[in-house]
Amino acid sequence: MSIGLVSLTLLALAAAGYFIGRARAVSVAGGDTRKLHSLAGFYGQSVFLFAAVPSFLVMIAWLLIQPVLIESRVSARLQTTIGPDASMSLVMADVRRLAGAIDRIGSADEVASLTPEALKARLAGQGVAIGGAMTTDQVAAANDYRALQGKGRLGMTVVAIAVALAGMALALGRIRADYRARNVTERFIMVLLIGASLIAVLTTAGIIASLLFETIHFFSLYPAADFFLSTTWSPKFGGGSDLGIWPLLWGTLYVSLIALIVAVPVGLMSAIYLAEYASPRVRTWVKPAIEVLAGIPTIVYGLFALVTVGPLLRDWFAQPLGLGNSSSSVMTAGLVMGIMVIPFVSSLSDDIINAVPQSLRDGSLGLGATPSETIRQVVLPAALPGIVGAVLLAASRAIGETMIVVMGAGAAAKLSMNPFEAMTTVTVKIVSQLTGDTEFASPETLVAFALGLTLFVITLALNIFALWIVRRYREQYE
Amino acid sequence: MKDVLTENAVTSHTTKISARKVQVFYGTNHAIKDVDVEILDKTVTAFIGPSGCGKSTFLRCLNRMNDTIPSCRVEGSITLDGENIYDKRVDPVQLRAKVGMVFQKPNPFPKSIYDNVAYGPKIHGLTRNKAELDGIVEKSLRRAALWNEVKDRLQTPGTGLSGGQQQRLCIARAVATNPEVLLMDEPCSALDPIATAQVEELIDELRANFSVVIVTHSMQQAARVSQRTAFFHLGHLVEYGETGQIFTNPRDPRTESYITGRIG
Ligand SMILES: Nc1ncnc2c1ncn2[C@@H]1O[C@H](COP(=O)(O)OP(=O)(O)OP(=O)(O)O)[C@@H](O)[C@H]1O
Ligand SMILES: [Mg+2]
Repeated sequence: MSIGLVSLTLLALAAAGYFIGRARAVSVAGGDTRKLHSLAGFYGQSVFLFAAVPSFLVMIAWLLIQPVLIESRVSARLQTTIGPDASMSLVMADVRRLAGAIDRIGSADEVASLTPEALKARLAGQGVAIGGAMTTDQVAAANDYRALQGKGRLGMTVVAIAVALAGMALALGRIRADYRARNVTERFIMVLLIGASLIAVLTTAGIIASLLFETIHFFSLYPAADFFLSTTWSPKFGGGSDLGIWPLLWGTLYVSLIALIVAVPVGLMSAIYLAEYASPRVRTWVKPAIEVLAGIPTIVYGLFALVTVGPLLRDWFAQPLGLGNSSSSVMTAGLVMGIMVIPFVSSLSDDIINAVPQSLRDGSLGLGATPSETIRQVVLPAALPGIVGAVLLAASRAIGETMIVVMGAGAAAKLSMNPFEAMTTVTVKIVSQLTGDTEFASPETLVAFALGLTLFVITLALNIFALWIVRRYREQYE
Repeated sequence: MKDVLTENAVTSHTTKISARKVQVFYGTNHAIKDVDVEILDKTVTAFIGPSGCGKSTFLRCLNRMNDTIPSCRVEGSITLDGENIYDKRVDPVQLRAKVGMVFQKPNPFPKSIYDNVAYGPKIHGLTRNKAELDGIVEKSLRRAALWNEVKDRLQTPGTGLSGGQQQRLCIARAVATNPEVLLMDEPCSALDPIATAQVEELIDELRANFSVVIVTHSMQQAARVSQRTAFFHLGHLVEYGETGQIFTNPRDPRTESYITGRIG
């Protein structure tokens, strides 16, 4: 059975369980539902949950574990037959591809009857490219692979349905008039919710752990002091590189700063206009129009920076002022990025300003304050925590941005105050250190993880800082 | 002292606010129909009437607070000291500085108690230095019968006060700007009898210099504090006159049945 079909069966079983459970509860109470501890529907729900949730979990676990097991068994069998210089992972990739293509060629017997060369030709005709030379062993392995997959799928179907039935039976068996079905279902659902939030937390923890692990690996190859204190960045893949983070960090902060200097005033002022002055009709048009800015792919902004803003700044500012003649510059990237993050500031701030109760505005206006005094002294302070959040979101967006920087500011790591000079950022260097076929063994590639972790720590610190500001403000006012 | 002021006040019969044929619409809902009222200077005027009859709506017309409601439309003329307040030349900001308002629902700013009261004086530049401002804040809080409860916590947030304290804070805030007319929309709805008595005393005291309009659901309060009473019903001004006459000898049967508790 396919996975979809299995899921449907499980759902159907669980749904049937719901109705059986409800009917059973009613009959247990002798038709008088007032004798039941909970509403009859809760008894049905408890059966539904006990049937559906464990069986789906078993199915998901099976789907995750099965490929690993099959892979290890097939590769163990192939181990003895492949040459010492062939890479196991490449061979296994071919085997998997072959296994997937066998159905399209015909039956397993037909495949077995073909010579490896003929098979390869047939596969190529089907658009399936097999990398290495094909051996009969590999074909056999592919057939094995398929057979195991089929068995695994059957096993999964049987086990999942069995678990569903078992859960159903268990839940049905527990139905009595005084069975606290509502409490049980609510507890069950709470556990599900906790599980869901745990997934998010665990993923974050996993990401941090992997970053940390590779970073420690990096620092075992490259001294941490050099990484954090050196002001030169010149990776050489031959060895002997200088991997100081400062030029990159400086570029990141400089570009983000310019972006925020553009985005915060513009975004905030447009938010104030939209929330406080614009008529509803203007608002319905202008707000989505600004939000479109957030939907433009960053590569398009990059093109804009490269083709329009960069040359413009060079010809009208940098060259006449004698500040340089490069069209990629921190200024270019910062300006364009600023435009990109305007909607993050404006749209969120607009929502937040709108959420300030009208009664506060009335109170201020009623004391003879002008609309602008009201905005400055009552509305904005009340909305400040949210506005700080909006600015922070824009800042982390700017810090994490890569495309605009590559195309607008260039890729040269440099420490300079001149905003018309080409510089680069941490994210750009992470990408450039990881592109290419290198393995994660040299400090030149592993440095990417250290850079990533540093960036993560910076955004985290930014978040904590903003929380602190908000908390402080709250203490003072609310 | 207070009695003397009261005596003086009663003799004043100059018109402060005069409303003629006022109509208010919320979209298509005709909330105020043909209301004519003369509000006298140095007098307390009470608006009474069943819930939803338009007392707050009419009160908000008097300082153009209805301007902030997009669907609201006001027709007819309202004059303050002979000048039409809906005239294009009149700045609603100036008007509201002269005609202060205490809203039906307490709406303290999310600022400290001190800043709440100091808000108006600061905006209008009523003080020259911190000491004067401190003086105004203290005096206003005292007049609103709140000083003793908050004098040790002036820097704590106004939103942290109880509902009744917030209501008095809003009264103090309005009094601090020194308006010529004070509009009070149910200022005692959340107050205990002691605080109510203090606020009523304040209203009586304000009457020496200002004219006060108070909306109330308490007949006793209207009878106690006001010299003139207006009875609203379904958007109409049913009856308007001397408080004593309204309560002892109402001309309209609707007024009589409302006062005696038969409608509303
Ligand atoms: N902002 C508004 N938008 C639309 N209609 C409103 C608005 N405010 C009041 N109304 C309507 O105007 C009418 C009068 O309301 P108003 O608030 O003036 O009554 P009220 O006499 O103050 O009542 P209460 O004693 O309950 O405060 C009501 O029918 C109400 O539905
Ligand atoms: Mg009202």
